[in-house]
Amino acid sequence: MANVFAFVETRGTDVRKVGFEAVTAARMLADKSGGGEVHALLLGPPGIAAKASQVGQYGADAIIVVEHAGLANYSPEVATATVADRIKSGGYSAAVFSTTAQGRDLSPRVAARLGVSVVTDVLSFEIEGDSIAVRHPMNIGKVIATISIASKPAVIAMRPNVVAPAPNAKAGRIENAQPAIDPATARVRVIETRQGGGGKLDLAEAPVVIAGGRGLKAAENFKLVEDLASAFGNAAVGATRAVTDDGWRPHSDQIGQTGRLVSPQLYIAVGISGAVQHLAGMRTSKTIVAVNKDKEAPIFKVADYGIVGDVFEVIPALTEAVREAKKHH
Amino acid sequence: MKIAVCVKRVPDMDVRFRIGADNVSVDEAGLKFDINDFDAWAVEAALQLKDKNAGSEVTVISLGPDVVQETIRKALSMGADQGIHLKADKVPFDGLAIAKALSAELKTGGYDLIFFGKMSPDSSNGVVGPMTAELLGLPCVTAISSLEIASGKGTAKRELEGAQEIVEFPLPAVLTVDEGLNAARLPSLKGIMAAKKKPLHIKPAVLEEAQIKVRKLELPPERKAGRIVGEGAAAVPELVRLLQTEAKVL
Repeated sequence: MANVFAFVETRGTDVRKVGFEAVTAARMLADKSGGGEVHALLLGPPGIAAKASQVGQYGADAIIVVEHAGLANYSPEVATATVADRIKSGGYSAAVFSTTAQGRDLSPRVAARLGVSVVTDVLSFEIEGDSIAVRHPMNIGKVIATISIASKPAVIAMRPNVVAPAPNAKAGRIENAQPAIDPATARVRVIETRQGGGGKLDLAEAPVVIAGGRGLKAAENFKLVEDLASAFGNAAVGATRAVTDDGWRPHSDQIGQTGRLVSPQLYIAVGISGAVQHLAGMRTSKTIVAVNKDKEAPIFKVADYGIVGDVFEVIPALTEAVREAKKHH
Repeated sequence: MKIAVCVKRVPDMDVRFRIGADNVSVDEAGLKFDINDFDAWAVEAALQLKDKNAGSEVTVISLGPDVVQETIRKALSMGADQGIHLKADKVPFDGLAIAKALSAELKTGGYDLIFFGKMSPDSSNGVVGPMTAELLGLPCVTAISSLEIASGKGTAKRELEGAQEIVEFPLPAVLTVDEGLNAARLPSLKGIMAAKKKPLHIKPAVLEEAQIKVRKLELPPERKAGRIVGEGAAAVPELVRLLQTEAKVL
């Protein structure tokens, strides 16, 4: 029976959904190994402490809150020092992070400071005696590796959306802590976090992803995709590399081998042929729908449901139908 | 400026992979290899700085068996000045073991900047750059998509989920490169000829025993064959019905 650490990702004064997923994953690990405690840590500017109790609802026994005016933006050095110190003193069997821009930055730094390795993009995990075995996609998801982690703690970063945040109310006792180093002394400084698109759902977190490709013919036709996303209400908009290379959409919207990896409940590919590099970013989606005028397009080989047709006719009709369906729910 | 770029030789991903007889490696027969895309962008970033700062030197480092010398030569043919091959039978999955071997070499180099690609598609772990930075005690910015260096300081942009960070850092520093930073130049014929004469130092890599090990590789389950619901807008009602009753996602 050993305690498990969870890093809870925040942005500004908000806890991100992946933070609840990390706590849920840590709870599962603790329970599977005989029922240790889960200790969750979050850092942020004044206002973050008020959000901390939410974390207890997902199975955290203790919540370490590091609130500091110098943490309005992510500070890699403050986060690394603070998290590594806590993990060192806590004697945890495992530490759980998220495979996000922040988690990919933080988890290897913390692990290196602890003298242990790390596996990112973890799809699932098992306790095996004294160690943890995780599944991790390699070769752009065309090969799945089972990896044994012998180190203590085992440091892992979960892929977003593979563990659903599960309500499991625990004591959630709040412990206030100071950053391990003064944010004013950090060498690397995030001077600004620019929010893109004001409150829209993120690709990695959205339960539904609608992605557009060259078949949309022009940047302005992404409105069709945006409209379908808004009909769902819980959808984010992505794009293929061809589209982001042409500047129709920002690079950060690119789904694929060199871009974002997504695993939503529902993925709708609009005018996307299905190049290997694109499939690498979305093939683990639960249900895939494709709309394309070419019935030979490779996207239909991975799609659960396909419609062969003109996206300019099919997508507006689908948008209307989804809007109707949502009304009756 | 003294700049180092760490590069990896990776297989072309546009194939159907086979698992090797040992069950823990990919069968390399018939695979084509080249420099990791992210690493090529890292080389390009270093070369652009070299072009702007007279007297700069770009060193390319790769860890692995003898074949990685091809990858180093590719970077030399793009315009890097010298190569270091850290010789090892194979590249382990354990990012810390790799970072330790690289940092042992990098710490004596006196580099102003050390570039990495943000990840490689084969191991898909993306941890070696920031781990190396931590071992060297250097400032580090990961997954940069823009970069400006002036008077000993740098400014970079990082793409987040639905946002961007603008980051300032002092030199020396470690940077890992995301897509969008630049487009890698192709080696010219002259560059390819020149690369043959550039120095390539060979040293043994000091690899610790790995703490994490690949125990098994599998091909993912094939997605079960889907179906074409129909053609054109007339198929929409049936699609919506399937999404509601069969897939239960609407």
